[in-house]
Amino acid sequence: MAYTEEELKKELETKEYEYGFYTDIESDTFPVGLNEDVIRAISARKNEPQWMLKWRLEAYEKFLQMEEPDWANVNYPKPNLQEIAYYSAPKTKAKYDSLDEVDPELLQTFEKLGISLEEQKRLAGVAVDIVMDSVSVATTFKDTLAEKGIIFCSISEAIQEHPELVQKYIGTVIPRTDNYYAALNSAVFSDGSFCYIPKGVHCPMELSTYFRINQAGTGQFERTLVIADEGSYVSYLEGCTAPARDENQLHAAVVELIALDDAEIKYSTVQNWFPGDKDGNGGVFNFVTKRGICHERSKISWTQVETGSAVTWKYPSCILKGNDSIGEFYSIALTNNYQQADTGTKMIHLGKRTKSTIISKGISAGHSQNSYRGLVKVGANAKNSRNFSQCDSLLMGNKCGAHTFPYIEAKSKTAKIEHEATTSKIGEDQIFYCNQRGIDTEKAIALIVNGFSKEVLNKLPMEFAVEAQKLLEISLEGSVG
Amino acid sequence: MDLKETLLSSYLAFDAQDGPQRKLQDQRAAAIEVFEQQGFPTNKQEDWKYTSLRNLTKNLFSVFPKEEVNLTIEDIKPYILQDVDTYKIVFVDGVYNAYLSETTHEGVDICLLSAALTKRKYAPVIKKYFNQIAEKEESLTALNTAFTKEGAYIYVPEGKVVEKPVQIIHFATDKNPNLLLQPRNLIVLEKNAEVQIVERHQSLTNGAAFTNVVTEIFTEQNAQLDYYKIQNDHTEASLIDSTYISQQKHSHAKVHTFSFGGKLTRNNLNFYHKAPEINSTMKGITLIEGKQFVDHHTLVHHAHPNSKSHQDYKGIFAENATGVFNGKIIVEKEAQKTNAFQQNNNILMDDKASINTKPQLEIFADDVKCSHGCTIGQLDEDALFYLQTRGIPKKEARGLLTYAFANNVLQSVQIDSVKKRINKLIANKLGVNIGFDV
Repeated sequence: MAYTEEELKKELETKEYEYGFYTDIESDTFPVGLNEDVIRAISARKNEPQWMLKWRLEAYEKFLQMEEPDWANVNYPKPNLQEIAYYSAPKTKAKYDSLDEVDPELLQTFEKLGISLEEQKRLAGVAVDIVMDSVSVATTFKDTLAEKGIIFCSISEAIQEHPELVQKYIGTVIPRTDNYYAALNSAVFSDGSFCYIPKGVHCPMELSTYFRINQAGTGQFERTLVIADEGSYVSYLEGCTAPARDENQLHAAVVELIALDDAEIKYSTVQNWFPGDKDGNGGVFNFVTKRGICHERSKISWTQVETGSAVTWKYPSCILKGNDSIGEFYSIALTNNYQQADTGTKMIHLGKRTKSTIISKGISAGHSQNSYRGLVKVGANAKNSRNFSQCDSLLMGNKCGAHTFPYIEAKSKTAKIEHEATTSKIGEDQIFYCNQRGIDTEKAIALIVNGFSKEVLNKLPMEFAVEAQKLLEISLEGSVG
Repeated sequence: MDLKETLLSSYLAFDAQDGPQRKLQDQRAAAIEVFEQQGFPTNKQEDWKYTSLRNLTKNLFSVFPKEEVNLTIEDIKPYILQDVDTYKIVFVDGVYNAYLSETTHEGVDICLLSAALTKRKYAPVIKKYFNQIAEKEESLTALNTAFTKEGAYIYVPEGKVVEKPVQIIHFATDKNPNLLLQPRNLIVLEKNAEVQIVERHQSLTNGAAFTNVVTEIFTEQNAQLDYYKIQNDHTEASLIDSTYISQQKHSHAKVHTFSFGGKLTRNNLNFYHKAPEINSTMKGITLIEGKQFVDHHTLVHHAHPNSKSHQDYKGIFAENATGVFNGKIIVEKEAQKTNAFQQNNNILMDDKASINTKPQLEIFADDVKCSHGCTIGQLDEDALFYLQTRGIPKKEARGLLTYAFANNVLQSVQIDSVKKRINKLIANKLGVNIGFDV
């Protein structure tokens, strides 16, 4: 091979994080530390009603009694929660009527990220609710959505304007006591997105949110709540990029999906937080709790492309409560250098004739560790339930690791569960074949990895699929072992 | 006093006794300390997540048999292989029974651990192998080590092929109720050696019996081990079987586990590869009903290149039975060109039956072929219907299909007499008459 693997490896290692820049916007940041006063202050700053503050404080009380879990197959220095600032908002006008009013520097940031609002507005027809350091600064296409009765806004806004919906559903899928980071999030969440699709409405466009961590030393604690009322449909996109930082930054989000009878929610994520440099310094800790509940005949589909973060700890799950409901999980997790990912899903079958599909593709390179951890549980009443799981791992080099921890619990004789997993490396024959056709090794690997991930990439909405494919290429080219 | 405390104080008495255990004083002292610290495993431990020993350890078991029991050949006939000439090592309530046994020192040593511990000529073997591969930090293995006194000792020297299978049989009787049996087996195969072993634990009483057995096996270069475990005890008996196998280059170790009986059965089957080009095979059939519980934990540790492992476990669970399967394959980064295969298929026959399975891979090498498959399902309705259209009653058709499901594990059994016996046991359990030989 003319272009040696060594050269490719070097090129890959020195490839700096493309989105590693820092926007100089004056921020309104709280002093570091976590205590009851901080929570009161966050709540007061956001002008929240009494019940919300009470809810937060109760969560904090529970949080104090909990311990950071250590069962995941990852190693990292435990973040000191007292060294984090829990609130950081860009100090600009809170509301914009048009994009022209937005700080030009901020707009530039988005352009560098490749999501020019104007372009997106005009061409893609995507409504973007941008979360920058916790506070939503721009929401587009709101009017178009409002016509259909769709509510798509920041969660703080929803707490003000639709308290009955928030109060009814928040914390119902992920209780505050669910786990350590969910409890923390419940206590201190600063903002996030809220989405409600009314009965029978088919949301005409892909809803999307872009998360960024900008200010140094700030944790980001978003809370997303998506409610699809009876017979409705929504496709929700979530993407993340963060500027390079030396210290680890904590990201502990909570996402709750509620699909009422006959509703369908498609939730796609491209996660590209800063993964740390090639020596494993810095990078984002991504400890996320995502879960959806399916009522009768409804469907929730999770698709994720995880390429960033130093440590990922994430299990988007489905509770298939209603009869005939469907849960899906499609995932690509790619780790390089010293990244660690422990990700997977839980499919809890409770209703009759519930179905779930799990397709997980893990790609590990460099010194990284990549784990799939999943649970398929079929309860005694979940008659004629069906699950199919497939986890494939691709290893590049012998310094990385691929792990699978699938838990399968069946309590019904009519359950049908299949699980298969394979681990392999990129075939030398395949690369040779490509070389022979004049495709260099770097391109050949990109091609093969794309093929390996295709089943999942296909599930992403168009706009995202292109971005995801690009991300895979950036992170992988040349790292053949 | 709970069981743990009883055992700890029994240890003092046991330690003061005169016997072969004296030779192992240091190792036993270290082991009882591990047990004292950890106690019995609980559901909080990942490896015991689905298996609770709480009900079992509520009973008070004694480690000392009160009286010596004599059994006649008639008593044990149903439980031994008869249509084939074998060596036999028979224990009754933990005590060796010379009358029922058939041991040898001609060319190979097939005898007792207690004898091997006390006779000077075995000292180098004991020193080199005893307690070398068993997990020292696992509390139940440590408990066994602490009370090590008796068990089977098989030593096959270089190039020797043991021409007859060896049967290791442990009986529990009603003369010594609530006895905790802790046999310890040591099996060493030198270069090019071969042996076939059949192990069985059987209680002849209806009372609760509890066996915590540890077996250490060493297969040196090119040695061939063929091991069968028949677990068909009655429904008040509990068994915890920990087997540790250390393999050298070109050796092949095969273990078949047939779990048909018992109240609670836990198998910890561990293979450790110490050199390249090793072959490990483990297969099992679990066929249980009532409130029975069977747990298979397997571990294959691939640490060197060009090795193979093959696992195939079938489970059939009826009524309220519960099954657990946890298959762990570790492939270290040096173990390139490893080919590891694991399959676990389960059938739930009734609504109250359940299965928890976790096929686990931990892979650090890139040039490997590792796959696992796991299914939970039912008998094929179409196949069932087809058989019925041919005039085969439903019950029998179900039996035939279930039998077929388990059959490919049976195919690889090398001892005909074992194959026939297992065949018969399965047919009896399924209530069908398999009118053909396998």
